[in-house]
Amino acid sequence: MAGLELLSDQGYRIDGRRAGELRKIQARMGVFAQADGSAYIEQGNTKALAVVYGPHEIRGSRSRALPDRALVNCQYSSATFSTGERKRRPHGDRKSCEMGLQLRQTFEAAILTQLHPRSQIDIYVQVLQADGGTYAACVNAATLAVMDAGIPMRDFVCACSAGFVDGTALSDLSHVEEAAGGPQLALALLPASGQIALLEMDSRLHEDHLEQVLEAAAQAARDVHTLLDRVVRQHVQEASILLGD
Amino acid sequence: MLKSKTFLKKTRAGGVVKIVREHYLRDDIGCGAPACAACDGAHAGPALESQPRDQASSLCPWPHYLLPDTNVLLHQIDVLEDPAIRNVIVLQTVLQEVRNRSAPIYKRIRDVTNNQEKHFYTFTNEHHKETYIEQEQGENANDRNDRAIRVAAKWYNEHLKKMSAENQLQVILITNDKKNKEKAVEEGIPAFTCEEYVKSLTANPELIDRLACLSEETNEIESGKIIFSEHLPLSKLQQGIKSGSYLQGTFRASRENYLEATVWIHGDKEEEKEILIQGLKHLNRAIHEDIVAVELLPKSQWVAPSSVVLHDEGENEDDVERDEERQLALKTAVSEKMLRPTGRVVGIIKRNWRPYCGMLSKSGIKESRRHLFTPADKRIPRIRIETRQASTLEGRRIIVAVDGWPRNSRYPNGHFVKNLGDVGEKETETEVLLLEHDVPHQPFSQAVLSFLPKMPWSITENDMKNREDLRHLCVCSVDPPGCTDIDDALHCRELSNGNLEVGVHIADVSHFIRPGNALDQESARRGTTVYLCEKRIDMVPELLSSNLCSLRSNVDRLAFSCIWEMNHNAEILKTRFTKSVINSKASLTYAEAQMRIDSAAMNDDITTSLRGLNKLAKILKKGRIEKGALTLSSPEVRFHMDSETHDPIDLQTKELRETNSMVEEFMLLANISVAKKIHEEFSEHALLRKHPAPPPSNYEILVKAAKSKNLEIKTDTAKSLADSLDQAECPDFPYLNTLLRILATRCMMQAVYFCSGMDNDFHHYGLASPIYTHFTSPIRRYADIIVHRLLAVAIGADSTYPELTDKHKLSDICKNLNFRHKMAQYAQRASVAFHTQLFFKSKGIVSEEAYILFVRKNAIVVLIPKYGLEGTVFFEEKDKPKPQLTYDDEIPSLRIEGTVFHVFDKVKVKITLDSSNLQHQKIRMALVEPQIPGINIPPEVSDMDLNGSGRKKRKLDK
Repeated sequence: MAGLELLSDQGYRIDGRRAGELRKIQARMGVFAQADGSAYIEQGNTKALAVVYGPHEIRGSRSRALPDRALVNCQYSSATFSTGERKRRPHGDRKSCEMGLQLRQTFEAAILTQLHPRSQIDIYVQVLQADGGTYAACVNAATLAVMDAGIPMRDFVCACSAGFVDGTALSDLSHVEEAAGGPQLALALLPASGQIALLEMDSRLHEDHLEQVLEAAAQAARDVHTLLDRVVRQHVQEASILLGD
Repeated sequence: MLKSKTFLKKTRAGGVVKIVREHYLRDDIGCGAPACAACDGAHAGPALESQPRDQASSLCPWPHYLLPDTNVLLHQIDVLEDPAIRNVIVLQTVLQEVRNRSAPIYKRIRDVTNNQEKHFYTFTNEHHKETYIEQEQGENANDRNDRAIRVAAKWYNEHLKKMSAENQLQVILITNDKKNKEKAVEEGIPAFTCEEYVKSLTANPELIDRLACLSEETNEIESGKIIFSEHLPLSKLQQGIKSGSYLQGTFRASRENYLEATVWIHGDKEEEKEILIQGLKHLNRAIHEDIVAVELLPKSQWVAPSSVVLHDEGENEDDVERDEERQLALKTAVSEKMLRPTGRVVGIIKRNWRPYCGMLSKSGIKESRRHLFTPADKRIPRIRIETRQASTLEGRRIIVAVDGWPRNSRYPNGHFVKNLGDVGEKETETEVLLLEHDVPHQPFSQAVLSFLPKMPWSITENDMKNREDLRHLCVCSVDPPGCTDIDDALHCRELSNGNLEVGVHIADVSHFIRPGNALDQESARRGTTVYLCEKRIDMVPELLSSNLCSLRSNVDRLAFSCIWEMNHNAEILKTRFTKSVINSKASLTYAEAQMRIDSAAMNDDITTSLRGLNKLAKILKKGRIEKGALTLSSPEVRFHMDSETHDPIDLQTKELRETNSMVEEFMLLANISVAKKIHEEFSEHALLRKHPAPPPSNYEILVKAAKSKNLEIKTDTAKSLADSLDQAECPDFPYLNTLLRILATRCMMQAVYFCSGMDNDFHHYGLASPIYTHFTSPIRRYADIIVHRLLAVAIGADSTYPELTDKHKLSDICKNLNFRHKMAQYAQRASVAFHTQLFFKSKGIVSEEAYILFVRKNAIVVLIPKYGLEGTVFFEEKDKPKPQLTYDDEIPSLRIEGTVFHVFDKVKVKITLDSSNLQHQKIRMALVEPQIPGINIPPEVSDMDLNGSGRKKRKLDK
């Protein structure tokens, strides 16, 4: 039995996309009333929910407060039913801690933290269904949630993953493509300035190809930006209609 | 692009895990017909012809495309590969199924699809909005795929109708499945079976023979009798292997006896490594090289390997009973001690069928279309094929592929693939030996050729980056006459400080062959250039091998140079590697170079350079021999070819001149220097070459042989071996030393390529060097190309790539290279053997002096120095009374009726060509002197019979 063919000779991937195409993205802002900001995003079969509280006073130990900027606190969790196999995922396991740290780094780079010294911003992200690119979905959901909360940011943070198969870069990997074990790159971009908020890569990739994969991921992130921008504008429009009436 | 996608879920439940996958449907997939306005060239790459040229089918005279289903693709790939079949639509559904079921056929279909000439188009129907279908309740995957194929065919017909009403382009479904065909016709899709369609192609009747015969029903009617027991399914075999009741191994048929085979058990257990299988039923349709599962029989049924030679000569297919009789005859002659583990084949784990070369044995009935095919390899059973062109195929070498072996058939079924040509023709025989030795020899494909540099080629600014200009140096090349792939050139000059600068310049092939492209992959696959007697099978296309890479004189060529500064005692003071541009001043042959060195009148730059090189080479050689390098010998022959017919007209052993060893010395030096450099730089993934020291037992035969001549050969180290070989001289027998060296060569192990990270023994025994690699012949060896790349990275002249620094990939490459080198060697030998035959065919019968190389139990192996020809003289013949033979293993000697033969004895033998078996002609030798009554033929007969044929001679013998 031969393994799956990730990219056919005709240039189609397993799910029928071409190399540079994203999965279908649907997003909504303001899904919860209690939280300061919230958003829900679907990237293909990957579904994530982000909730933002703050900026508010430092909770718990006051010594954690930073004198010149706000503390960004990120927590990641994924639902027991998020993958094919039902599995309990305790809080604070290695994977979710790492994801939390990555999200924190990403958002410290994007949020204008110096505007809220000695305060705290909480970002909680939960993955409801995982089908590859969880990090990207979390970042995109959290961006919308932070905006929903009205916290000033430098720019959108748009994230997308990319892989590399047979000399071609694939953007927005699905779970099947991730599981194949090739190189995998996650990129969080500030699209207006083109600055990179976070870049992470698994497994080996020759440096000659890095640029190609990076460009594919960046292009995908810019595409994500166009979509998120549309979602934000629509949300604002809806909100203004409600307020206006 | 995004909005064109519709979202659908495809759920595949199996076991515990539920997999949810997205499946996007698109509306931008082209149909492949170039004239289609609706798709507007949405497809790139190979596509269908807009007006398929009439394929002259009587069933469908209008222009049409073909759409085969999975089984047609799997079984009739030989037909589809035929150039007559063009304009075929391969559905994604079909391609995926093929991919899952047979990797080799998948590869073949991909090659066909990539061939522009064939106009095959792959239609991604599973992702097309209008051709995607979901599996219905109660429908299995196969039925769903069949339906998907029908839906796609229907869509195509409707789509093409829209394109233009007047030209009746149609898509024809080709399926061998009756039900599928019926349903298709019901739905209004023109459908035919493969057989119907191929038969209707009146212009190409020869295609019918390439059809694989799978019509099982017809077979069953003819002979309902079941001969073989059923093969167990794979799952049961795996269970059995796990529990230990069955054993897994490689099936190796016996050359001598068609009713016998051994199975080499996979695994580490030393005992029961080999299991004997005897009898047609126990062999149970396994074919040589198959991976099979065997069941051991109880000890009471164990048998001994028979010493009888049995060839399958049954003309009729129903002579199974006779086979059984023969089988019984095998079993009776058994002594208790000889019994060996015996088993029977219960199932086939993996078939290792390949197309086989051989000849047709025409059926006795004149009108019969079924014939038996006899493969050249005796280990392969005869194959039944169906053909109408038996009379044209008779006496030809043909290729036949096996389709299957039903339980009720004595022979496997196959189909005709290709006609190679007449038996005995040089081209045909060359083709056969290339095929049998698995030497890739097809012309280079378009994809490969596309990576060649464009002509006219010249060196550009860009090429000069990281490159030194050495065009001013007085470089020259020395090669055998007629050599067109010159990969090395040399220079030597005196420096101002009195030292000598010596440069070895090697063709920079890696500049033209970039890693990973089709050209690179093809060269890696070929691994080496194969030199046959009258033909060269190139590793790289001719433009590179004989032109752009060949370091011809008076043209600028890119090179990779290794430059040493040496003192006059040939000690290396400095080593430097660089990519360079050179301009060779002369391409000399060995003889020309020798003449220049020897003639006092010549004093030009080239000659002084050659003299300097020669002087250094002598010192280097002396140093090498002192360290214990072996000078071995093997009888090498060269044919003088007739310039018109290319028939060999004379045989000659190769001559060695001083200049040969001069070039060799510097090549060795360059190889060693490079090996050191790349190992220093890449300790884990340098490609090196090693030559393991042979185990002492290998030398036994040499030591014993020398002892019989009162000489002592020490074999504890290479150095002592070399010394004792030098001292082994016999004043009245000058050829003895050469004979000993030939014997010593036979004791050696094979030198192999390896990756430095995967091994820790680097020693090269024959050259007495702690490290060695191949750097100097990149035109004809792929190993050298890898070494060039490594070295280029090491000196910063080129960039690296991931495969280069992956030791597992590198060791895979080494494995292939070692295999190819071995096969190339065998092919070369087979080619020499064939030409020797041609030579003796024209020469008739000759008597020559020979020396005994080995003594066997019933034969002696002799070497004829004049022709460098080795042959065996048998003392037992089939229809003759056996002479009294006494074999002594201690002294190696054989006593026949009072005459004793020792190793190195001088004898006289008669050489004839035995053409009793058309497929296997061979040189036969018979003893002339010393005379033993009843064994040899009297010399006067051989003189008288000098111009007679081999057949005549045997008549006289009787």
